[in-house]
Amino acid sequence: MNKTYNQKAWFFVVPVFVLVAFNAVVPLMTVVNYSFQETFGSNVFAWEGTRWFKQILHSERFHASLGRQFIFTFIILLIQLPLGIAIALTMPKKGWGVPVCLILMSMPLLIPWNVVGAMWNIFALPDIGFLGNSLNSLGFDYNFTQQSGDAWFTTILMDVWHWTSLVVLLSYAGLNSIQPAYYQAAEIDGASRWDIFRYIELPKMKKVLTLAILLRFMDSFMIYTEPFVLTGGGPGNATNFLSLDLVKMALGQFDLGPAAAMSLIYFLIVLLICWVFYSLMMKNEGRT
Amino acid sequence: MKKIKWVVPTLYIIFLMLPIYWLLNMSFKSTTEIINVYSLWPQDFTLDNYRTIFTDSTWYMGYVNSITYTVFNTILSVSAALPAAYAFSRYKFLGDKHLFFWLLTNRMAPPAVFALPFFQFYSSVNLFDTHIAIALSHCLFNIPLAVWILEGFMSAVPKELDETAYVDGYSFPKFFFKIFIPTIAAGIGITMFFCFMFSWVELLLAKTLTATIAKPIAAIMTRTSSTSGYELGLLAAAGSLTIIPGAVVIYFVRNYIAKGFAMGRV
Amino acid sequence: MAKITLKELSHSYLSKQSKDTDWALRGVNIDWKDGGAYALLGPSGCGKTTLLNIISGLLKPTRGEILFDDKEVTALNPVERDIAQIFQFPVIYDTMTVYENLAFPLKNRGLSKTEIDSKVKEIGEMLELTSTLNNKAAGLTADGKQKISLGRGLVRSDVNVIMFDEPLTVIDPHLKWVLRSKLKELHQKINRTMIYVTHDQIEALTFADEVVVMHEGQIVQTGTPVELFEKPKHTFVGHFIGSPGMNILPCEIANGQINFEGKIIPSNNSFKKTNFSKTQLGIRPEFIKFSNDGIKVKIKRVSDTGRHKVIDTECSSGSIKILANTSTEIPSDSAHITFEQKYTYIYGDDWIVE
Repeated sequence: MNKTYNQKAWFFVVPVFVLVAFNAVVPLMTVVNYSFQETFGSNVFAWEGTRWFKQILHSERFHASLGRQFIFTFIILLIQLPLGIAIALTMPKKGWGVPVCLILMSMPLLIPWNVVGAMWNIFALPDIGFLGNSLNSLGFDYNFTQQSGDAWFTTILMDVWHWTSLVVLLSYAGLNSIQPAYYQAAEIDGASRWDIFRYIELPKMKKVLTLAILLRFMDSFMIYTEPFVLTGGGPGNATNFLSLDLVKMALGQFDLGPAAAMSLIYFLIVLLICWVFYSLMMKNEGRT
Repeated sequence: MKKIKWVVPTLYIIFLMLPIYWLLNMSFKSTTEIINVYSLWPQDFTLDNYRTIFTDSTWYMGYVNSITYTVFNTILSVSAALPAAYAFSRYKFLGDKHLFFWLLTNRMAPPAVFALPFFQFYSSVNLFDTHIAIALSHCLFNIPLAVWILEGFMSAVPKELDETAYVDGYSFPKFFFKIFIPTIAAGIGITMFFCFMFSWVELLLAKTLTATIAKPIAAIMTRTSSTSGYELGLLAAAGSLTIIPGAVVIYFVRNYIAKGFAMGRV
Repeated sequence: MAKITLKELSHSYLSKQSKDTDWALRGVNIDWKDGGAYALLGPSGCGKTTLLNIISGLLKPTRGEILFDDKEVTALNPVERDIAQIFQFPVIYDTMTVYENLAFPLKNRGLSKTEIDSKVKEIGEMLELTSTLNNKAAGLTADGKQKISLGRGLVRSDVNVIMFDEPLTVIDPHLKWVLRSKLKELHQKINRTMIYVTHDQIEALTFADEVVVMHEGQIVQTGTPVELFEKPKHTFVGHFIGSPGMNILPCEIANGQINFEGKIIPSNNSFKKTNFSKTQLGIRPEFIKFSNDGIKVKIKRVSDTGRHKVIDTECSSGSIKILANTSTEIPSDSAHITFEQKYTYIYGDDWIVE
């Protein structure tokens, strides 16, 4: 659409600008402010320069939680994307099955995040939980509150449960927008089922999948509430992801300076990755 | 082949329903039964847990609080986003692209980063522990989302609609409310659904910004489970009840969900 | 390459049919010669796309059979039928290059690399795509993309029939005629059976040797463009083909003669049967002349299209359009007109009387 220049359009944007700025600018400035200072309580501050940044960037604790975070997000994307696409491909295209699938599959998305954590806690408890009890009676030595491997398994399973539907819904919408003529042409050209997926469905889903990857990356990278309720970051530090660690530092130990510096580094990492990924996808688009 | 196709979504739905079933199962048991007897359905069916929630004001006020700020946030986000999305979809103006990008970066800000400054900031403007505080703070991620989705829907409406209306002698406000808004009603519905959803499920900010008066149900759950020992039955009942508003909302927008996602342009 | 026969073909999208309108196609019979260029013409919703999809095998007909070279193919799928189809909008594989797009159907049929290469280069040449063969197909313009979809059909040497489903819909008007003449040229060069579906009479008449006009799921006339113009067998054909279409006027039949506006009108066709519920007279605007006597009409409006004038007139039985040279003197208020006997037809219940 060819848009016209109109500076008065700014008036339309003012409410949004004010509301978001109110929430974003002042708190962000507070964080920036803290990140360069040392606080001794009761509003006494001393200039510290980039000390906190250096400290965080060299701290093993930060490296460890950042590493855990990357591994977690990577596994999540690796499972949820193929699974989500596979489910979307096999979902019914018409009839009563469509609303049934859509309603049931959206349910996990609308449950408060700590309820998700609590629900999975109850579900996975080795003695009274269905999952824990079943696994143990099948002969597995499963206890997510004691063994880090089990804690990881449970956290990942919970996230798959919670968020795969988002990928399903996005892929399903992308698949539905493909014109039937593409399938007919492929049939006439003698394409195999795999060819249809590889050369028609996947390219046509590129946009929604980009969105799915971005959203899933952001949200899994920022995950806090669900693991906080489920494992509390434990056992030990096994599932202590970035957000959990950050809140522990800021509220638990009241190390405001380092916590603020870590916040900014954290935010910048998310921004940078999203930007790089987005530019890569769009650059590809431009060339074709 | 046709028959086999059903297996994948069916198994997935069973997987999704299992934890929810377990929660419901627990909510109809007494805490003693939960701890002592492992059973796939309640042996000693009881509604006590639900009775406690509906008779104790600290419990049911939690629901009222959650719904209050969620609805307030939804209305606020959508009504602020409507004119902005219109501006982005129809006009070019100084800094439009930067502004749009800046809005989206706020969706990328980890709430954990903002929790503490939010607490201090809202305390300093005397909004701490109010519904308004949570509704306002959720604008941080809901407004960018609302602008984004609405802009997609509005760009799909041809500009000729606007021009025809002006030629027919409509003033801008009359055109906007009488013609444009009904045209994109589906889009507004989808946007409200997403705003409701993200505000309803968020807990970190909601918990940080409240103490007693405006405390959301989800936060009351965590508190209760720690102070009065593990009241698992009560916890399960409260959790089960938080699923209902979401389920109701999904039911109403079921036909638009797929469409709404399809509009999401990157 | 094949001759195509359709026998008593009927199709309905409903599971139960009670009335005529439940059918998308009703009793279609067609014989198409090998190597001919045919067009299926009709307004949207007349069943032409349904018919096309049945021939290609994308749809199974409710009743009737399809034969390619006298062999029944009704139960075969599109691949087994060896057909090619070009759709309304360009269907291309976005992630492939132009070359890969053209090679795709051959690759799926297990041809060797060298065979594919020579075939693709040949077709690329024919469609003037040689310079873009290594570009991504997604970057091409709409007409370029449509050429690729066409090329994917042409590249196979075993194709029985190539079918076009309104292939010029998304092409810019000034490129339409380029592609259209390209198609015609290709048909002469490769000599395969081609079926072209359209609602645009100019496209149909310029492309095809024989045009099949469809209306409400039935074939109303099959013939060369000239036949359709000069002797429409159904009032729908008269009305649909030509611009403006045929004048269809209510008339009476008495003593074996047409009585219109109180005058006896001589016609091309004579008739034996007279028990119709409705009788009409058809005359194309091209074959009406002003004269000193004849039917009296009032001149309502004259519009000049550049090449000729269209005159809207009215008589007591209805309005009549007349086509005249730009140089023709038009009477200002009222006039008398006569119909050329050779092109005046009588229709009983919408079908030509013979």
